[in-house]
Amino acid sequence: MFITDMKRIVRSGYTNFMRSGFTSMSSVLIMTITLFVITSLLFVQAALNGALTDIKEKVDVTVYFTPGVSESSIYTVESALKKLPEVRQVTYTSQDDALALFKDKHANDYLTLQALDELKENPLGASLNIKAKDPSQYESIANYFEGDNAVSKGALTIIDKIDYHQNKMVIDRLTSIISGAQRLGFAVSLVFILISVVITLNTIRLIIFMSREEINVMRLVGAGTRYIRGPFIVSGMLVGIVSAIFAILIYLPISIWLGNQMTDFIGVNLFDYYKQNIFQLFAMMMACGIILGSIASSFAIARYLKK
Amino acid sequence: MIYFNNVTKRYSDTTSLEDITLSIAPGEFVSIVGHSGAGKTTLTKLILAEERPSTGTVFFESTNIHKLSNENLRKFRRKVGVIFQDFRLLPTKTARENIAFAMEATGKSDREIFEDVPHVLELVDLSHRANHFPHQLSGGEKQRLAIARAIITQPDLIIADEPTGNLDPINTNEVVNILRKINDLGTTVILTTHNRSIIDQLKKRVITLEKGRVVRDDKDGKYML
Repeated sequence: MFITDMKRIVRSGYTNFMRSGFTSMSSVLIMTITLFVITSLLFVQAALNGALTDIKEKVDVTVYFTPGVSESSIYTVESALKKLPEVRQVTYTSQDDALALFKDKHANDYLTLQALDELKENPLGASLNIKAKDPSQYESIANYFEGDNAVSKGALTIIDKIDYHQNKMVIDRLTSIISGAQRLGFAVSLVFILISVVITLNTIRLIIFMSREEINVMRLVGAGTRYIRGPFIVSGMLVGIVSAIFAILIYLPISIWLGNQMTDFIGVNLFDYYKQNIFQLFAMMMACGIILGSIASSFAIARYLKK
Repeated sequence: MIYFNNVTKRYSDTTSLEDITLSIAPGEFVSIVGHSGAGKTTLTKLILAEERPSTGTVFFESTNIHKLSNENLRKFRRKVGVIFQDFRLLPTKTARENIAFAMEATGKSDREIFEDVPHVLELVDLSHRANHFPHQLSGGEKQRLAIARAIITQPDLIIADEPTGNLDPINTNEVVNILRKINDLGTTVILTTHNRSIIDQLKKRVITLEKGRVVRDDKDGKYML
């Protein structure tokens, strides 16, 4: 009996959805917009996260040694640094490498190169480039050289400068701007999501309001509550499913365009993000659509099912 | 079968029915006549438990209709077939599905539905319209479909609330004839109308309502207002 009922409910919900073409389409349209907005939140978060990791990646501390310092004393510092728990990676650049890099960088700057040649000897010191596991740990790494410990003992004399304090302000500013943008983006999207959810709920309420006579007739022929409510919930779910399909398709050209045009600006290729997460995105939209559609329908119909 | 005991129905400041006491026996064909606003529709709504009486009680056999639980109310409604002036068909279902819905709602099997629906469609002469939607049917066809839906579950009672109000004389006659046939097969019929020719032609019991009161109850009635 239960299975027969379910079968009938699903069939009835499906035919209602297919046959009330215009009304179904209008709820699909509204629901698609809602899902679009919800997904935009994910895209914005992905873009901002991308930008943030991008910047974090650019943050580092470089320790410049005074020219002429022996490689062995640099290795001592390097191996000591590598033992620090905060340090992710240490890259050694020798004096010769530094010179080569400098020349490479100024390949078109004839005057500078000539001046360098005049000097006869290499004015550039060797350096250690340090990347931390987390940007907040740079300060403690930088302080390492100033404190009284194994690395700093005797190291201070061979270190020319540590560029952390110069970068610190810029890094801090960028970090706070991005996390601010992230919070703002989240808040704005939340408001939009709320608005579109309310609109969806109202649209579905209106559609069920139009069916109130029908519901009354169903009650008069003795149909049970579940039997009346069921098909409306099924229709609501179908609205969610169709809208999710539309929404994911709409995002295809948008993410291609964003991927082509905005990758340099935001630091993340959103088309790649779309491709990598397409199943999760689609599942999320489906879930949102189905939950929204069925909940809206069952709430809207409840008032017409009272005795 | 149906008993009204001192039933009064008030809507905020107007009294729709006042102190109605009457009984309807099984197998009867009762016409309820009266001007618009006399309380005919309210009377049928009380029988269907769509409205509750302000005072008094309405019994169907030995049960007080307005004391039924939701579940029992559904079961009770399955014993009653209803026909309305405005047909009230389900617009997104075809003629066949409209009838099938009433059977599905009462928990009939697919096999029963498959066998009974064509039969009843034939009875109301709509076999050729089985796959049409209500908006594709004429007024008379819609009403015949509504009748088919009402009788498919073999109810004990048919309530027809002004079923001919929107029909031309030919369709009116057809609807009345079908109702008469249903009654001949043993189903109790309650018909509300203000169509004089129907009443005079039926020669059955007529209850006349005026301003919410029963002013006449004739066994072999004529239309007198």
